Amino acid sequence: MARYRSVLDLIGNTPMVDASALSPNPDVSIWVKLEGRNPAGSVKDRVALSLVESAEADGTLVPGKPDQILIEPSSGNTGIALAMVCRLKGYHLKVVLPTNVSIERRQLLEVFGAEIIESPGSEGSNGAVRMARQLAAENPEWVFLYQYANPANPRAHYEHTGPEIWADCPEVTHFVAGLGTSGTLLGVGRFLKEKNPDIQVWAIEPPTGEMVDGLRNLDDGYIPPIFADLGGAEILDRKTVVRPRESIEWTRKMTDLGLFVGISSGAVMAGAIRCASQIPEGEKATIVTISSDDGWKYLSTGAWTDDLDTVVERATQVIYF
Amino acid sequence: MSVAVRLPTVLRAHAGGQAVVEINGSTIGEVLTTLVEQHPGLSGQVIGEDGTLNKFVNIYVNDDDVRYLQQLDTPVKDGDEISILPAVAGGSV
Repeated sequence: MARYRSVLDLIGNTPMVDASALSPNPDVSIWVKLEGRNPAGSVKDRVALSLVESAEADGTLVPGKPDQILIEPSSGNTGIALAMVCRLKGYHLKVVLPTNVSIERRQLLEVFGAEIIESPGSEGSNGAVRMARQLAAENPEWVFLYQYANPANPRAHYEHTGPEIWADCPEVTHFVAGLGTSGTLLGVGRFLKEKNPDIQVWAIEPPTGEMVDGLRNLDDGYIPPIFADLGGAEILDRKTVVRPRESIEWTRKMTDLGLFVGISSGAVMAGAIRCASQIPEGEKATIVTISSDDGWKYLSTGAWTDDLDTVVERATQVIYF
Repeated sequence: MSVAVRLPTVLRAHAGGQAVVEINGSTIGEVLTTLVEQHPGLSGQVIGEDGTLNKFVNIYVNDDDVRYLQQLDTPVKDGDEISILPAVAGGSV
């Protein structure tokens, strides 16, 4: 067995598993990179470590100095990952969390000692971002790493996730991942396109804009600054919405392969299936997808066990991506 | 060519409260131009004065973002569903 000095050394180098049995096209194979294998349970471990270490490198955070406070908006995974990293490094973390996230996400933040500040669920992630920005402005002594605007977020994927995929699966022709902050897509997408410009990058998103009621007008909209700064529109080849029903159906189908993954992973698999079915027969292709986390944090939603219509209705009320 | 255009809550007041309007057109650009002609209150909301899509608006044809298809020239066919959605912060934050 490998031995490690710190849990932080367990971040990254995640395994990839063949999910081609789900492919609708016999010429297209599908591989899933399992980010739920990271120690705090999601792809965001990579981002949290990168955000904190780059802040330490530029002196924004000072290791060992007491009473350093961080604030970050999160619907769950980044908060949980940052809470774990901050616990190990001795920083105090405040997470601005929409009220409509699964109970397990909230509990995990508490496990690692993060302080939770609630933002209105009806405003979704937009509301959490707005509140965190306001609190950071009012408390300039707090450190605001702001994953949506921090290049250390996509850099984690450019330096690690992308190279891992290239090393494990150099025959990749399509990369399909979920769109949140856009960090994974931009970092991995840029790295892979530098290696092979023909690789297609597909972004999968939930119908978030339909669920957020708090917008007063369209200019209340939000585009992650890193997306604009890093030329996101040039890196993506396709952006497509996957709805809750399809997301949950594919989350369930993935258990046929022993894959117990989060609901956003089902959405991304649905997107990969759509991608595979559009590739002409006879054209060999290899799709690599990212499963951001495992299913544990979503058991309370009944996603695998309750009536599908009931779960779909519930999913429209909860941030699951 | 008739397509259904789904409007976000924030724009419905400018379209007589309707959530879905039926519009004729063969491209996204034609559909949006007709939409604004029928509901002048939407003028400047979806397409700016420079003739490009408002930065904070995403337009989808059957769930595909037209910015990554052929933008305003993206063709539409009978029965397609067009959704206009505001750009918002994504989920897995």
